[in-house]
Amino acid sequence: MSWWKRIRKGVETSTSEKKEAPDGVWHQCTNCKKASLVTEMKAHAYTCPLCNHHEKIDADDYFDLIFDKSIWEEKFSNLVPVDTLEFADLKPYKQRIHEATVNSGLKEAMRVGYGKAGGENLTIAAMDFRFIGGSMGSVVGEKIAFAIDWAIENKSPLLIISKSGGARMQESAFSLMQMAKTSAKLTQLANAKLPYISLLTNPTTGGVTASFAMLGDFNIAEPGALIGFAGPRVIEETIKKKLPEGFQTSEFQLENGFLDFIVDRKQLRDKIITLLDLLKN
Amino acid sequence: MTFLDFESPIAALVEEREKLKQIELRSGVSMSDKTSEIETKIKEKQKELYSNLTTWQRIQVSRHPERPYSLFYIEFVCDSFIELFGDRHFKDDKAMVGGFGSLNGETVMFIGNQKGVNTKMRQYRNFGMANPEGYRKALRLMKLAEKFNKPIVTLIDTPGAFPGEEAEQRGQGEAIARNLFEMVNLKVPVLCIVIGEGASGGALGIGIGDKLLMLENTWYSVISPESCSSILWRSWEHKEKAANALKPTPNDLFKYKIIDGIVKEPCGGAHSNPQEMAKTLKKTIHKYLEELKAQTPEERIENRINKFSKIGVYETLQTKEEIQG
Repeated sequence: MSWWKRIRKGVETSTSEKKEAPDGVWHQCTNCKKASLVTEMKAHAYTCPLCNHHEKIDADDYFDLIFDKSIWEEKFSNLVPVDTLEFADLKPYKQRIHEATVNSGLKEAMRVGYGKAGGENLTIAAMDFRFIGGSMGSVVGEKIAFAIDWAIENKSPLLIISKSGGARMQESAFSLMQMAKTSAKLTQLANAKLPYISLLTNPTTGGVTASFAMLGDFNIAEPGALIGFAGPRVIEETIKKKLPEGFQTSEFQLENGFLDFIVDRKQLRDKIITLLDLLKN
Repeated sequence: MTFLDFESPIAALVEEREKLKQIELRSGVSMSDKTSEIETKIKEKQKELYSNLTTWQRIQVSRHPERPYSLFYIEFVCDSFIELFGDRHFKDDKAMVGGFGSLNGETVMFIGNQKGVNTKMRQYRNFGMANPEGYRKALRLMKLAEKFNKPIVTLIDTPGAFPGEEAEQRGQGEAIARNLFEMVNLKVPVLCIVIGEGASGGALGIGIGDKLLMLENTWYSVISPESCSSILWRSWEHKEKAANALKPTPNDLFKYKIIDGIVKEPCGGAHSNPQEMAKTLKKTIHKYLEELKAQTPEERIENRINKFSKIGVYETLQTKEEIQG
């Protein structure tokens, strides 16, 4: 009776997981595929209570997590992208911008929040992956530049949270030059002796890694994030072999000396406050 | 001589000329009238083709296998040149060269991406794709120039930073980022010139300066047309379309105020007359360095930050409705 037996293992699904989960009550982990209560996941700072997988979250989620009592003020939200080059691939860039805006409810891939953390001023610039893959175009670069000016003016430390596929191709040389712009502006922050923490989250690659994300006084990352310059597929095509397990993860970057530490999102707020406090005295 | 596909009319004329020369040799009858007629035709055809290059053709010229590379220019423009090696941490990167040279009696630090001149050398130079140690070598030399108060000239010609396994282990991203940050703060004049290919962060890693120039038949973009095609069109087939969309030519970038000037190439491209190209380059470098010398280090750094801060296009919403909308 072999046709009654399951040949492939692992297709048995326990009844509890088979249940249709109503939206907003259950969350299925993108890593372990197990379901947990959304409320529970939120209480775990959007990490899976079962496998500790750090789900991608939006800029405002980080603001809520880090700022005291989740109180913060958004800055520079009036900057929106334009299509100067009239770029069109399979879709015109204008249409991509429109779709991203409608689908995500965001205006760009970067938001700046200002508030207090542990009672002290803090400026946070955080990327949103849902807007064209968190890619860096003129607005992302400009918002970082404004955030730096703001931090200097208000003598506040700066935290940049990266989550990006890299520079935005549709803005071509303009997006490439945002790498130069953000790095140039960071020299001003450094001269003002204000701390800059760069938090790298999943994924951080390309021109973002090769500019502001790697230039923190402290480069820190969430566990298990993909962090690198070239994407894994490009590297595999170049070297014509498979990359080893764990290549370009946060843990790999820490081991190779490019991160100060890895921080679990549940401890993120406390660690940032402690670190900034140590610099004050 | 290697001809690009769009140069086939020139190739045909050159072949005709060579045939006439053979006949002349064998028969002893002078063909000079005919050959000079063909010479004129070649020049006319060259002028016609090269004054109307498409973006893709220009990219092909920038990659011409006989195109002069950094070391050729450096050795030509300098009365004396001492090449310096190594990043002092890991190794010497053959895809990045540099050293002190004397240009019209003044000492200049030259740094450049370096491609190989033949098959064997192309591999030796890793096709002009630097590893992290290349960027760290470049930075070491720039700091050296700053210490001795010598201006820096960088020659950009790379299909990109090397996307290899070890490059990632040694921090390709960090190495490039560090250069961007440090180059902004250099107290000495920095002149950057794209002499061939300028692909992405790999090019920018030695591309932060007071002035950015491009030779006429070069390109500079956030990504190569091939990779752009593969990502956005999901196939390598659309590289010409991608090239047009990226607007990577000197004329495009000058129009968008991303570069400060275009250096004219001899008709037929830099490879058709490398000496003439090098002479033009020498004059250009001299002119720009003289101009940049006039600034104080503080002015220079401030101008550099302002220059890059200005690059970017976006819209600023004014009303509350617009912002909330």
